[in-house]
Amino acid sequence: MTKAVTDVVCPFCGTLCDDLEVTVSDDGKQILEVANACVIGTAKFMHSQAKDRLTRPRMRQEDGSWKEVSYEEAADYTAKILAGAKKPLMYGWSSTNCEAQSMGHEIAEMCGAVVDNTAAVCHGTTLIAVQDIGLPSCTLGEIKNRADRIIFWGCNPAHAHPRHMSRYSIFPRGFFTGKGQKSRKVVVVDPRLTDTARLADIHIQIEQGRDYELLNALRVALNNEWLPDVVAGVPKEKIREVADVLKSGRFGIIFFGMGVTQTLSKNHNIDEAIALTKHLNEFTKYSIMPMRGHYNVTGSGEVLAWQFGFPYSVDLSRGFARYNPGDTSTIDLLARGEVDAMLTIASDPGAHFPISCVKHLAKIPSVCIDPHQTPTSGVSKLHVPVAFVGIEVGGNAYRMDNVPIDTRKVVEPPEGMKTDEEFLTMVRDRVKKIKGVK
Amino acid sequence: MSEYIIKNGHVFDPVQGIKGDKKDIAIKDGKIVDKVGSSAKVVDAKDKTVMAGAVEIHAHIAGPKVNLGRIYRPEDKLFSYVPKGGNQRMAGGFSIPTTFKTGYEYAKMGYTTCMEAAMPPLFSRHVHEEIRDTPIIDEAAFPVFGNNWFVLEYLKNQEIENTAAYIAWLLRATKGYAVKVVNPGGTEAWGWGLNCLTVNDPVPYFDITPAEIIKGLIEANEYLGLPHSMHIHPNNLGNPGNYETTLDTLKIAEGIKAKNKFGREQVLHLTHTQFHSYGGTNWGDFESKAKEVTDYVNKNKNITIDTGNVTLDETTTMTADGPFEHHLTGLNHLKWANVDVELETAAGVVPYIYSPSISVCAIQWAVGIEIPLMMKDPMRCFITTDHPNAGPFTRYPRVIKWLMSAKARETQINAFKHKDKVLSQSAIGTLDREISLYEIAQMTRAGPAKSLGLSSMIGGLKPGMDADVVVYNFNPDKPVADPDQIEAAFQKASHVFKSGVEVVTDGEIVSNGNKRTLWVNAKTKENPQVMRDIQEKFLKYYSVSRANYEALGHHIVPNPYAIEVDAGQ
Amino acid sequence: MANKISLNLISGRTIQQGMCIETGKEKPTYRTACGIIEMDPSDLKKMGAWKNTNVRVTSEYGTVVVKAIETTQGPHPGVGFIPMGPWANSVVNPNTYSTGMPTFKGTPVTVEVAINEPILLGIELVQKQCGVKVG
Repeated sequence: MTKAVTDVVCPFCGTLCDDLEVTVSDDGKQILEVANACVIGTAKFMHSQAKDRLTRPRMRQEDGSWKEVSYEEAADYTAKILAGAKKPLMYGWSSTNCEAQSMGHEIAEMCGAVVDNTAAVCHGTTLIAVQDIGLPSCTLGEIKNRADRIIFWGCNPAHAHPRHMSRYSIFPRGFFTGKGQKSRKVVVVDPRLTDTARLADIHIQIEQGRDYELLNALRVALNNEWLPDVVAGVPKEKIREVADVLKSGRFGIIFFGMGVTQTLSKNHNIDEAIALTKHLNEFTKYSIMPMRGHYNVTGSGEVLAWQFGFPYSVDLSRGFARYNPGDTSTIDLLARGEVDAMLTIASDPGAHFPISCVKHLAKIPSVCIDPHQTPTSGVSKLHVPVAFVGIEVGGNAYRMDNVPIDTRKVVEPPEGMKTDEEFLTMVRDRVKKIKGVK
Repeated sequence: MSEYIIKNGHVFDPVQGIKGDKKDIAIKDGKIVDKVGSSAKVVDAKDKTVMAGAVEIHAHIAGPKVNLGRIYRPEDKLFSYVPKGGNQRMAGGFSIPTTFKTGYEYAKMGYTTCMEAAMPPLFSRHVHEEIRDTPIIDEAAFPVFGNNWFVLEYLKNQEIENTAAYIAWLLRATKGYAVKVVNPGGTEAWGWGLNCLTVNDPVPYFDITPAEIIKGLIEANEYLGLPHSMHIHPNNLGNPGNYETTLDTLKIAEGIKAKNKFGREQVLHLTHTQFHSYGGTNWGDFESKAKEVTDYVNKNKNITIDTGNVTLDETTTMTADGPFEHHLTGLNHLKWANVDVELETAAGVVPYIYSPSISVCAIQWAVGIEIPLMMKDPMRCFITTDHPNAGPFTRYPRVIKWLMSAKARETQINAFKHKDKVLSQSAIGTLDREISLYEIAQMTRAGPAKSLGLSSMIGGLKPGMDADVVVYNFNPDKPVADPDQIEAAFQKASHVFKSGVEVVTDGEIVSNGNKRTLWVNAKTKENPQVMRDIQEKFLKYYSVSRANYEALGHHIVPNPYAIEVDAGQ
Repeated sequence: MANKISLNLISGRTIQQGMCIETGKEKPTYRTACGIIEMDPSDLKKMGAWKNTNVRVTSEYGTVVVKAIETTQGPHPGVGFIPMGPWANSVVNPNTYSTGMPTFKGTPVTVEVAINEPILLGIELVQKQCGVKVG
């Protein structure tokens, strides 16, 4: 006999699907099947119980080999290096729950650490733009129920947010969008003919890196003013055609991703995209939404903001919070060799940072809290495997549109294995002792 | 639990009618008691003012739009960040304080119970996470109903019982406290970029008017007998001439009697009245209509109001009146954030600078001061700044100073660049009333507590009530040499007790106490129709499942306090 | 004749990359998914190589050996795509220009055939470049 656990929340990407059904064995210990998830979500659930899963912390030895240590020893080491550092860095947070994030902040405050999350290499530039110009946005259900103009700019949900289009943005039949896909016109802006672009009514194969110009040209077209023959590789007639398509809808949404946050113009691209959205609100109703990557990077930003006032790159080293991307941001801190201890949790900078930054990480005392073996654990001194949030422990997470959903526990973690929150609590208690705090 | 005796203070307690007499207040096991033993810790309140803990009836302190404000205004943290130390986490933010700062600053001013004014139900988990991280003060949150698709459909068909059943379900699902209404109908219209500016403008598609929404929600609220009344932010906020919309809104409550077991007497609470008391036709002939609005409220005793005082600061506006915020960014061209929430509501955020050099801002300040000076019953008029919309809550002591001291008001009026216009466009120059300490206690303690249906628990110092007690360094017997002394005294209390635990001593936080989240559990009889409608809408239109919408675990609301309402007849 | 060609390199997610990070970055499947450069057929021709050949990708910031495959989301002549991961990050522009964000998209690179050079596994690639001893 098997049991079905319903309304399971998938802990992979910012789409945060909450309609998964996981079939477990009768004794509740084994995951047998996952329904409704995309292949990546399914992979996460099924492989959480892989036989070669690490279940205990391990410390790197002089000769490069690993030696298993207890969680107590691991917590001792972690507390020691964080409390003893002049400027420790606590990075990641995006694949764990808000409860763990909050515990981490307590440690960071006592140690005068810099706290940063994966927005640093994802939508950090979006946050900078929002701080300049604002953000007209909505929840994903509004798209489902009202939107008839969908723009994907510099993002590829077919690969990065696989169920986004069927749950929210293209296919669903909502209250005012009963004809589903037929109610909507889809525009994709991407230098490649991506799998998402193949679903579009209009694909603009933009010259790579020229998004700022094209966004600006669309605003010029909305004003019916003069345009050069070609902008960003796109003929002016096409630009005017797209402007008319955008203008003629009754509810439009611009989804955007790394194609505009990571190219040379960075936050200026997003500034212009938000300006375009604001501009379109003079004609009809428009919103804009960043396609957040990790399932709880948004949550990390929210918790940091309500506790310290800033959403990422928060420097607590002077005893009060400071924020200045470019100065207090992880990539720059590592590039300048300015941190002398690093804790990585719920993320993989070893794989996803430029190698020059990883080189510094490899030199300093470091801890990697991650259920998986990763390039980060491969260069850290201590690797602490933990339970999977959303599978073996619940806890709050925030979707890409900031909607909070409490993830569920489906099965028990392996025997004796700790959760992020439990391990960080051990570290916090040790830091308190070291710092003499009651 | 500890015993305390607060000795020899001048007590101001409207619940017992004590107007400054020297009286001892005894605390035991978290409650006010008649007397305590000789081992009780003595707090010397000689020459000081003693009141119950203050009650904040309307502020935006926890939730998605508050946090959006924090995220998009890093500049709000400049210059005023306080490092961690003692019992305090680090604390920052001027107009949108972090949750730690919110708890500390309210507590230092003697506030012990605070209402988060607008909770979008889909985001209730977020609101409660922030409430959990706000130290010391008890809090509750008001879910918004005035643009909710269930409510619009039921009230179109005049189904009060179904509306009531839905309200009860939603209060339980979100651990909410009251029926909040913001820009009824207009915020649903904003889903299409439109608005409802009068009470008779129909909502697109749903074809119901704001007047029908307001009436229906008042009736549903009384049908349930909830502790608080319908709490409304009317249509047409902030526009010259809007006092007519306000009066149209208030008239809907005429003849309706309050029905409840909590001592509440009003059926409508009008919030941030200052923003809704404008005359004129444009910003040039903009004028105060505080008299017209307060005349009506003075005569109609089934209404309570809060002021929404402008404090003349750079602050951040944030409201579920989405179309208003879009309008505001069009006026001042400062950064605009907006979030439309499926099936429920919306929110907008725009920074605003209330400069004393701008005549409109100065007149707005005057309106906010006129209202409490013209209100005859301090038990029906409460002090707020609609934090942070008209100003940060940390300015309450300044507002109290302006109300208690005609001299302080005069100083401010003389400092206005366009003093003549302020005097010609409002009646502020003709008002010499000075609010007394007893009236302040009514307007910040007993009054709001009664309006919220909590008068048996808080807002007073009667034995049996919660031991929320504040001692201020203010001697009522000594004439006030400098009005700024009033502000200083109310900014940092000498002692604050929350549920019998000493949390503030000499203006510093000494304990985080054990805060509670208040919510209302209204038990109605089973309503299969409404349950089916809820099931259907989650299946078809919401973007989260019903089971996940309702999940509010203990790690999110660690210390809930349910007010039970038996509404099943 | 094999030529060294210039391309504009971008990086990003793929479904296969997503699956591999959940099934194990230490496994060869990760290399199969991310130790690749997707090239337009016209660029493969220019370079004078068959598809599925090992190539060396070099930028101002580093160099890496990956397998050149024919693009799955093209055409995009002049643009090369390496899925996000340690192979891409061996060559991308790390400069943030004071924004905190590296320039992951839009790095000028050269690509040439490297038929006899091995493609390292993911964790190994990072450890080697960081000089980390592996026991």
